Amino acid sequence: MASVLINVPKLVRKGETIEIKTLISHPMETGFRSASDGKLIPRDIIHRFVCTFEGTEIFFADLFPAISANPFIAFTMRAERSGTLTFRWLDDKGGAQVETARLDVQ
Amino acid sequence: MKRWIAAICLLAMPAWAQAPKISSFELMKPETQAMQRDDASNPAMLWIAEGRQLWSQKAGASNQSCADCHGDVASLRSVALRFPAFNAAQGNVVTLDQQIQICRTQAQKAEPWALETRPLLALSALIGLQSRGLPLQSVTAAEVATVEQGRALFMERRGQMNLSCAQCHDDHDGKSLGGATIPQGHPTGYPLYRLEWQDLGSVERRLRNCMVGVRSEPYAYGSPEMVALETFLRDRAAGLPLETPAVRP
Repeated sequence: MASVLINVPKLVRKGETIEIKTLISHPMETGFRSASDGKLIPRDIIHRFVCTFEGTEIFFADLFPAISANPFIAFTMRAERSGTLTFRWLDDKGGAQVETARLDVQ
Repeated sequence: MKRWIAAICLLAMPAWAQAPKISSFELMKPETQAMQRDDASNPAMLWIAEGRQLWSQKAGASNQSCADCHGDVASLRSVALRFPAFNAAQGNVVTLDQQIQICRTQAQKAEPWALETRPLLALSALIGLQSRGLPLQSVTAAEVATVEQGRALFMERRGQMNLSCAQCHDDHDGKSLGGATIPQGHPTGYPLYRLEWQDLGSVERRLRNCMVGVRSEPYAYGSPEMVALETFLRDRAAGLPLETPAVRP
């Protein structure tokens, strides 16, 4: 299980532009490195990150092998109403890490 | 006349008085400094989160968690400032990581985590975090012999390059080695997230890097030499604030 840290601002006014920061624990194995036995270590990276707000996609990013382990992704959104943010990280092993966070607009 | 006295005073000052102790944090790019300052972007916080889970997880034959003995982890405030510390029961100086292993075998009666493994680093970082911002302490009388042993190792030339730690970190700190500035070598932020490693690592891992760098045989994790060096470095850095978990390039 990967561990995830999500940072959503707590005090948000309507119409404000907020920054959301995410950090996930992942090896981001490039597929270009070889192990001590000389065999290639299979690629295992998070290839897509998607964030939806109440079912609407608001941000996505495609990630590539040159991105470091434990990717940090930050993006901005305009907060118009309260709701649930869903974050989804998809990796090469077919696994998806899904987390949610609450956005409260005052 | 006054100017002359000032000039003489400057000449008479020992070398360390001219160069105040600084953490290698000061040598980093502003971007990397910002990464360390902001807990939401510091990757080491992933280990802290894992450490918090481990803190309250029951383990071993005694079925006890760290929290069952120590209570809230905040009660370990300032503990990390005095490690490596003399352990009376063991009769020698142990590092914080070794102390966690001792707790695990003796109190929890569980298999100890090997040094430099993820759970051990996570707990060590969590305990370090409780003392963040507080100044590292000087050694106590029981640790003086170990410090002297560490000092001797720090001054000793080693490896194919025949360099001692002191030749870089005492004599040439602040100058360049390749593209990097040579730091004074104060272990103020361990365990820390090194961007080069893309991982959290202990001061021992960093020391082994340096030893390989001068083409010498690195000491094993947890070896008496490693512990002695760490104890000396902690005493040498006394007064600097702890930054755990730090970020380094």
